[in-house]
Amino acid sequence: MLNYVSKRILIGILTLLAASIVVFIVLEIVPGDPARLMLGMNATEDAVQALQQQMGLDQPLLIRYFSWIGGLLVGDFGKSYTYSVPVLNLITERIAVSLPLALISLFLSTIIAIPVGLFSASRRGTMTDSGTMAIAQVGVAIPNFWFALLLVYVFAVSLRLVPAGGFPGWNAGVWAGLKSLILPSIALGLPQAAILARVTRSALLDVLGEDYIRTARAKGLTRRKVLYRHALRNALIPVLTILGLQFAFLLAGTIIIENVFYLPGLGRLVFQAITQRDLIVVEGVVMLLVATVILVNLLVDLSYALVDPRLRGRS
Amino acid sequence: MSAPTEWQANISKAFSNRSFVIGLTITALLALMAALSFVWTPYAVGSFDILGKLKPPSSAHWLGTDHFGRDILSMIMVGSRNSIAVALVSVIIGAGIGVPLGLWAAARGGLIDEALMRFNDLVFAFPALLSAVMITAVFGPGAVNAIIAIGIFNIPVFARVARGAALSLWPREYILAARASGKSSLLITIEHILPNMMNILVVQGTIQFSLGILAEAGLSYVGLGSQPPMPSWGRMLFEAQTMIGMAPHMALYPGLAIVITVLGLNLLGDGLRDVLDPKMRRERS
Repeated sequence: MLNYVSKRILIGILTLLAASIVVFIVLEIVPGDPARLMLGMNATEDAVQALQQQMGLDQPLLIRYFSWIGGLLVGDFGKSYTYSVPVLNLITERIAVSLPLALISLFLSTIIAIPVGLFSASRRGTMTDSGTMAIAQVGVAIPNFWFALLLVYVFAVSLRLVPAGGFPGWNAGVWAGLKSLILPSIALGLPQAAILARVTRSALLDVLGEDYIRTARAKGLTRRKVLYRHALRNALIPVLTILGLQFAFLLAGTIIIENVFYLPGLGRLVFQAITQRDLIVVEGVVMLLVATVILVNLLVDLSYALVDPRLRGRS
Repeated sequence: MSAPTEWQANISKAFSNRSFVIGLTITALLALMAALSFVWTPYAVGSFDILGKLKPPSSAHWLGTDHFGRDILSMIMVGSRNSIAVALVSVIIGAGIGVPLGLWAAARGGLIDEALMRFNDLVFAFPALLSAVMITAVFGPGAVNAIIAIGIFNIPVFARVARGAALSLWPREYILAARASGKSSLLITIEHILPNMMNILVVQGTIQFSLGILAEAGLSYVGLGSQPPMPSWGRMLFEAQTMIGMAPHMALYPGLAIVITVLGLNLLGDGLRDVLDPKMRRERS
């Protein structure tokens, strides 16, 4: 168990290091001179040189990389060129929108998908099963931003139940904030729920074919008990894997959904940064999202060991 | 001599599979629409008609017009080319690099295999959208950059599938026999391993193709994909957003085009898997 855990953690750290090198190469080495790219074609030589100095571009590459990484480790993401404030401040401000959005979507997706998957698996082969899975099949094909537009049209434009976009800030009250996250979370979470429901159903059917399920049934347990006590628990591994992957998708998905709903989250931040060529902000947000994806995958890997005792013995 | 009969059996099995037939029909219609758009569209996509803007569907414009008075059906037809091209090329990139990597890792094992798995971890840490964001930040937006971003994401997917399939094939008796006869790993991989995993690769290719259509639409929607004046489904939706109150049809049809296309490809993939990979069928049904 300890072996397994330490190996996964080591791999997580190495992946993060490798990812940081990729981000550094793409955003600091490939553009040639980031200062020139950020200031644009018409910048004066003096301005470019001043920014080069401010960004430490006159230093050798290795030193630049290590000072960047060292900064990240102590929470120094550099200073935004357009906003003239530390990138970390921008990120913490925006994450207060993006993180709740991703979490609510994940929650919605899970509480819909697992019961639907269970329901469908327990009625395998019936009309209800095929009907439910047909709906899920369509759900998988729906792009979340299109679904978002439809939701805006029905609930914001026609029925006027919720705002069509914008975010009042958490200072305006938790309910006001949550209200403007309702449609975005549904738009983001429902198509994911369709995927997760299909995975849950097929994982359950997989497990239901195993010998120990037959044994459990033979010893007199009801179908229901077998489903909940034995099958669901064992079907959790593929479900957890997909959940971990989905969290990465949801985080990246917030980038698009925030643009549909004009939410001031990390996604909007990164797009504004791209148009303003504020590479330091892009770098910071990308690193943060990548680190989150790696961390979530690590947690999923570790939770396998909790769900499946057989994995604990493996190194 | 047994190959043709097996194929015949597979084909007749395929055409009695509902998912396959529906999926194939939708996909064929999509391809036909894209091909037709090269020679004919109801209206020229570049022709603006400000007086006839935001018109709902009618006999003159089956799917209505947009805020510049352009015919939406014509734009969807031409836009399909863009979706297909981006998704197809990114599948080719993903399979072209990923499959050899996976085969190599399976044939060599050990350190190379471990390195491949860690490379997969690394690429999976960058969701396609995030790579697109980085690429666009440096090189600017465009269809080619969208292809690169989606293609990069496809590499570890194909590598993983190819590796898994190859690992299950290597211990087979006919492979052992080929080895005993002195064939090199490379030759065995080309002559025996690769042909025997084509089924799985075709199925995965269909899935990645449909994901590519979705990803391309998402990237063009946020302005990171193909640029005007080339119509693209994602950007049509972006343009529809501000008009949603006045002209909901502008948002409805391009979105439906995406849903139907992705649904068709997914059904085709499911059908192909049922026919070509009986093991998966048993697990799923």
